[in-house]
Amino acid sequence: MERKKPDNQMRLEFLSKSSNESFARATVAAFASQLDPTLEVLADIKTAVSEAVTNAIIHGYGTSCGIVHIECEIKGRDLTVIIRDNGKGISNIEEARTPLYTGMPESERSGMGFTVMETFMDEIEVESVPGVGTSIYLTKHIPE
Amino acid sequence: MKIQLKLKDRTLIAKLSGELDHHSAKTVKEMLENAIETKACVNLIFDLTGLTFMDSSGIGVIIGRYKLLQGIGGKVKIVSDKQSVNKLITMSGLTRLMEVCESVEQAIMNL
Ligand SMILES: Nc1ncnc2c1ncn2[C@@H]1O[C@H](COP(=O)(O)OP(=O)(O)OP(=O)(O)O)[C@@H](O)[C@H]1O
Ligand SMILES: [Mg+2]
Repeated sequence: MERKKPDNQMRLEFLSKSSNESFARATVAAFASQLDPTLEVLADIKTAVSEAVTNAIIHGYGTSCGIVHIECEIKGRDLTVIIRDNGKGISNIEEARTPLYTGMPESERSGMGFTVMETFMDEIEVESVPGVGTSIYLTKHIPE
Repeated sequence: MKIQLKLKDRTLIAKLSGELDHHSAKTVKEMLENAIETKACVNLIFDLTGLTFMDSSGIGVIIGRYKLLQGIGGKVKIVSDKQSVNKLITMSGLTRLMEVCESVEQAIMNL
């Protein structure tokens, strides 16, 4: 099947520094604004993107510094945001997506990041290879 | 992130303004930990009405302080009036652990 071409696209790359978390979610929200989402939908997108970006920074790269890649696509009224890192990867994706599961129990994480992404977006897909990296695909339909 | 701390008897009232994410969580955690220890607080009220953004890192900060104060017999309450913040608080199960109030006055009264 031929993939339908996106109506619009943007790409963003930044260092895995926590000071970029705010910038990353605000930039995705600004791109999404062309679909005139309600403030509630925009807040959902920002929160989900923040979860994926934070995970790339603290779990993917950890103490090392790498590049976080974000791609945004608009097709009709669907927004897809892809967040990629070339970090350590996830060996058990199902376990990682379980509510309250955290691989860092000693550092005050609630283990709710994936649950937030699942609740606040319409679709989520996780691709990950240990030692290679992780890609998170988040899609949300933005009603007229 | 702006943090304003007030002490009333042995209750610490922390008004957080701005964005509470992984980046700002570290500062919030350190400031609260320090105040709770030096002022010997037993209760904590999180005033989240000034927040413009919060994600699961904020939930982690709140649960961390809850565990600490619960261990010494204290109470934690949340004041929140923002839909996006309330949505996160509810879905993470925080409302089952602590009361969410509409105003700081109400939170103090219900301690
Ligand atoms: N990009 C990633 N690279 C490597 N591991 C990841 C990545 N994203 C998530 N994980 C793993 O999946 C686990 C669950 O992620 P999730 O976001 O649900 O919880 P958390 O980050 O531990 O806590 P919270 O998001 O509530 O602060 C993480 O603890 C980590 O072990
Ligand atoms: Mg997370």
